[in-house]
Amino acid sequence: MGKRVLVTGLGTFWGGRVAKALEADPSVDVIVGLDKVEPTIELERTEYVRSDENYSILSRIVEATQVDTIVHTFLVVDSTQMRARTMHEINVIGTMNLFAAATESSVRTVVVKSSSYVYGCAPGDPVWFTEEMARQAPPRHRVERSLLEVEGYVRDFAVDNPHVAVSMLRFSNVLGPELTTPLSRMLELPVVPSIFGFDPRFQFVHEDDVVRAVLFVLERELAGVYNVAGDGLLPWSEVAKICGKRTAPISPIGQRLVTAALSRLGVDIPPEIVDLLKYGRGLDNGRLKRAGFDYTHTSAGAVQAFIESLRLRRTVGPSPDYRYEREVEDFFRRSPAVVRRP
Amino acid sequence: MPAPAAPELDDPRTSDVDEWGRSEHMREVARSLFAPFYDHWFRVEWEGLEKIPTDGGALLVANHAAAIPSDAPVIMHGIETELERPVYGLADELFKKLPVVGTLWSRCGGVLAHPDNAYRLLRQQQQLVLAFPEGSKGPGKTFDQRYQLRRFGRAGFVQIAMRAGVPVVPIAVVGAEESMPMLANVAPLAKALGLPYLPITANMLAMGPIGAFLHFPVKIKLRVLDPVHFDVPPDQPRYSRSKVMDEAEHIRQQIQEALYEMLRERRSVWKG
Repeated sequence: MGKRVLVTGLGTFWGGRVAKALEADPSVDVIVGLDKVEPTIELERTEYVRSDENYSILSRIVEATQVDTIVHTFLVVDSTQMRARTMHEINVIGTMNLFAAATESSVRTVVVKSSSYVYGCAPGDPVWFTEEMARQAPPRHRVERSLLEVEGYVRDFAVDNPHVAVSMLRFSNVLGPELTTPLSRMLELPVVPSIFGFDPRFQFVHEDDVVRAVLFVLERELAGVYNVAGDGLLPWSEVAKICGKRTAPISPIGQRLVTAALSRLGVDIPPEIVDLLKYGRGLDNGRLKRAGFDYTHTSAGAVQAFIESLRLRRTVGPSPDYRYEREVEDFFRRSPAVVRRP
Repeated sequence: MPAPAAPELDDPRTSDVDEWGRSEHMREVARSLFAPFYDHWFRVEWEGLEKIPTDGGALLVANHAAAIPSDAPVIMHGIETELERPVYGLADELFKKLPVVGTLWSRCGGVLAHPDNAYRLLRQQQQLVLAFPEGSKGPGKTFDQRYQLRRFGRAGFVQIAMRAGVPVVPIAVVGAEESMPMLANVAPLAKALGLPYLPITANMLAMGPIGAFLHFPVKIKLRVLDPVHFDVPPDQPRYSRSKVMDEAEHIRQQIQEALYEMLRERRSVWKG
């Protein structure tokens, strides 16, 4: 019998990408995707269930579908896109309900997509964070606090359910052809914002490697915490250079006023990114590599791939949007008129 | 630990800044700027340079002095030009917080003194790492305390060297103390500014504003002492606290004695 997988946040970039990748895997029998919003990419056999962001109907779905695997991709790490309240609902309350529903159920594997934000970013940080290292300073930003709370629920669940393989992936800054993040928006600007006098080293992971890492731990049921980040660190000035741009330094004194003004102009540099622009952050990716994972891009390679696709998009325009229509999707999935190839 | 061999990835780097922030190109520029000071201002003389390993990791440990320490650039410059291998200098996180200075410091081989940073540099990359176990207490002492070594921290440097399985190479530096003597420490203001000390130096009195940055042309002499090998296995989770403290104290005493000996031989602060 194949895997029966539940994906949270199907309408988000990651949920959609992971579901799509799972569809290509013949050993996966059933894929159920939850979200409040409709999927934004075309999916063939994933079943979409509309739910509110804190999954009040989740235990019924788990019970009904007898899923054995949960891929929890629905964690917000981009604090510029929503209010603190909404992020708390999605991340903390959502995760709490998810694990409440998964306790004493058919679930045997859980993969959580966390972020390197849990390590924080402080001047006293080591150059490389390993999975066991605790953050140096107490959390300063709401996205960090939110993710730390989420990780607390994940750890509790893993302790309470020793029969479940719980893997938690901590991703570095993601870049790629399709994803939009605060950093990618900054790199799309004509000049790249930086903090004057600071040029810390950044690390990136390509969006394809993120999806591949999720599938990798899922397939092998690798329990535990894993950093996911490309090889190498490169200075922010070099990131801008690879993108063919200059940096526009912001004064470190009164920097809050400047970022507030920029935010009015539509350039959001959230405080957790300001920290990164001063001190940078590196994740030791050795543990996942030793488990057998191969990256397709280095940090610099991810930047290169990002800027190349941006140039293409600027020239030929964005790829056409996909619109989810329930009747059409139902027709393809269930109508006897559709010829299904094995 | 080496990861399994992966296919070679495209890595479109455009600068030579390494993971620690050091750039050999920037170091070359810094060395050419510092060379006149090294050769003609401080007229640096080494003794026992051959005791510093030409390959493999080693933790270099020296006494630390002067309001703006002149010993760190002298040691790094000397070893890099004579031995042609890079030296990474460990320092307080204060540097990372300073705009421009922090970036230049990092490009020139400065690394935050975090145990994991030191371990990786020494164990995995077998580099030369320079540490000042006195920390800011060395340069933060006033002139009347010169050449009196402060406490060697909590002996973290011995522990790191043991874990990394590398020797400690003690270096005694004479001259740096007089290059920028601190007459008084404006402690309340330093505290308000978050600095370890805020000095009033003899240089400021003698040279005015330039003296805030410029060292006196004193003679700097360095003596490399015999490397200390610890006969303990590397990569242990803990080492005997008493052994660690004893070794640290032993190294401290060696440097202290070498300093007294060198001072007995010194005829002039300016000529050596």
